[in-house]
Amino acid sequence: MKRKRKTSSIIFHIACILFCLTSLYPLLWMISSSLKESQKVFVDAISLIPSSVHLDNYTRGWKGFAGNGFMLFFKNSFFVTISSTIGVLMSCSTIAYGFARVKFKYKNFWFATVILTMMLPSQLVMIPQYVMFHKLNWINTYIPLILPKFFGGSFFIFLIMQFIKTIPFDLDEAAKIDGCSSFRIFYNIILPLIKPALITAAIFEFYWSWDDFLGPLIYLGRPKMYTVSVALRLFSDPGSQTDWGAMFAMGVLSLIPAITVFFIFQKYIVDGISTSGLKG
Amino acid sequence: MKKDFKKFRSHFIENYSGSIYILPWIIGFTFFTLIPLLCLFYFAFTKYDLLSAPQFIGFDNFKDIFTSDPKFFTALKVTFKYVATAVPLKLFVALMVAILLNQKHKFIGLYRTAFYLPSIIGGSIAVAIMWSRIFSRDGAINSIIYLVFGFKPDISWIADPKTALASLVLLSVWQFGSPMLIFLAGIKNIPESYYEAAAIDGANSFQRFFKITLPLLSPIIFFNLIMQIISGFMTFTQGLVITNGGPLDKTLFYQLYVYRKGFEQFNMGYSAALSCIMLVIVAIFTAMVFKSSSAWVYYDGKGE
Repeated sequence: MKRKRKTSSIIFHIACILFCLTSLYPLLWMISSSLKESQKVFVDAISLIPSSVHLDNYTRGWKGFAGNGFMLFFKNSFFVTISSTIGVLMSCSTIAYGFARVKFKYKNFWFATVILTMMLPSQLVMIPQYVMFHKLNWINTYIPLILPKFFGGSFFIFLIMQFIKTIPFDLDEAAKIDGCSSFRIFYNIILPLIKPALITAAIFEFYWSWDDFLGPLIYLGRPKMYTVSVALRLFSDPGSQTDWGAMFAMGVLSLIPAITVFFIFQKYIVDGISTSGLKG
Repeated sequence: MKKDFKKFRSHFIENYSGSIYILPWIIGFTFFTLIPLLCLFYFAFTKYDLLSAPQFIGFDNFKDIFTSDPKFFTALKVTFKYVATAVPLKLFVALMVAILLNQKHKFIGLYRTAFYLPSIIGGSIAVAIMWSRIFSRDGAINSIIYLVFGFKPDISWIADPKTALASLVLLSVWQFGSPMLIFLAGIKNIPESYYEAAAIDGANSFQRFFKITLPLLSPIIFFNLIMQIISGFMTFTQGLVITNGGPLDKTLFYQLYVYRKGFEQFNMGYSAALSCIMLVIVAIFTAMVFKSSSAWVYYDGKGE
């Protein structure tokens, strides 16, 4: 019996390590390619250990293109991402509280619109939204990327609502008897209690706006305004000879914010996905 | 008169004042979803290049799409092929790995982290560009094949019409981490006593999987299926960055075609009509999956 257990354990670990290799190999490959000499990236394509470490890929890449360095692109990305995250947190927590705890007419109707929007991919209304922002003269500004976030996102509203529902109603009742207004109940009681849900929402909004490509691609026309994802894409322009070493160096840098957030907040991410089915 | 107003006011406050909390949603839904949706239906019946006013042309866009646009059918075919292979494969791998990880062993947490990492970064441009290089003629995949099988295939996986879509499917399957986490949480919620009872009755591990795990997990599988199908239909970035729709339109995803018509050819009306068709498809699929769910989704406690 004991022997059988040991062999099954070994098989388990071998299977897991094989899966780990497939999961991590592409990532490690990119990191090692960013350290190889640019011409050598594809000569010894398979190896993960560069024969000699070349950090100059990073300095070359950091200069960017058309006079705009990656410093600027990172600044733009952080600006859009952080503004969006603040917007989502402020709007979604308030809206979720309204749906979960406050009584008003036509609540069910409005809640149905939240569920409906969750099922409707926003890309489908990309054309009319673009026309609208074009008419408002907001193309080549960050407004189309940030402003909608201040009016709630269906996924996060749903996530935070589910969380508020787990808080006992007695707490609200007690506060009400003590003369708390519904806003004070929200601000002083509910808000501190839903911190884990807010952190989960913040992490995912951070990921999604950091990785967003279609939005910046259609709304930002000037290289000066590019976010990292659009800049990276133009960096590997098929027309010109691509500097792969520098390209991968900037690619690795672009992943650092997401990976850092991942390792700091891992617990919240796992909990958030497990409880709400949020996709990563 | 004044009394009436007072009465109206208190009535209004009682019934509607709570809506103030969801006011941002009401405004946002109206301006960023409802009005654009109505405009989408209107634009679909116009010729519109963004510079001059939209010109009403009736059903001409739809007529063109269905009668004289082979690219529309190509895009549709590519997208369906992609969804029909990538979604089941990804969910299957996610389920298998979740079951694998639902054991008591060392390093489970470490493995889980490693498997989930691709999901975190998978949507980024950096990964898309990396994928295009790994699957290129002189990329790492061909080197690995050489290492294992001893011959070097002389093809570029992303530039060969036969394999281009498959390499994008692999990119999607590679990101099995988030459905895996959801499945894992679902499996952990199944009461241990069910398995104990089954073990006493002499059920083997296959029977336990098909009679307990799978039925109890089905609502979660179902939810994931809907979400993955819808997001599969919206695939865009990979098609643009990795293969740019090519070779020979073999990876011309529907959303990529919509983008080209709208933002490269400035044919907003045509593009809106294409979006309308996709809207109907998404709606049909969502309804279909919902409807069929009663046949195979097992909700605990409802019936025997």
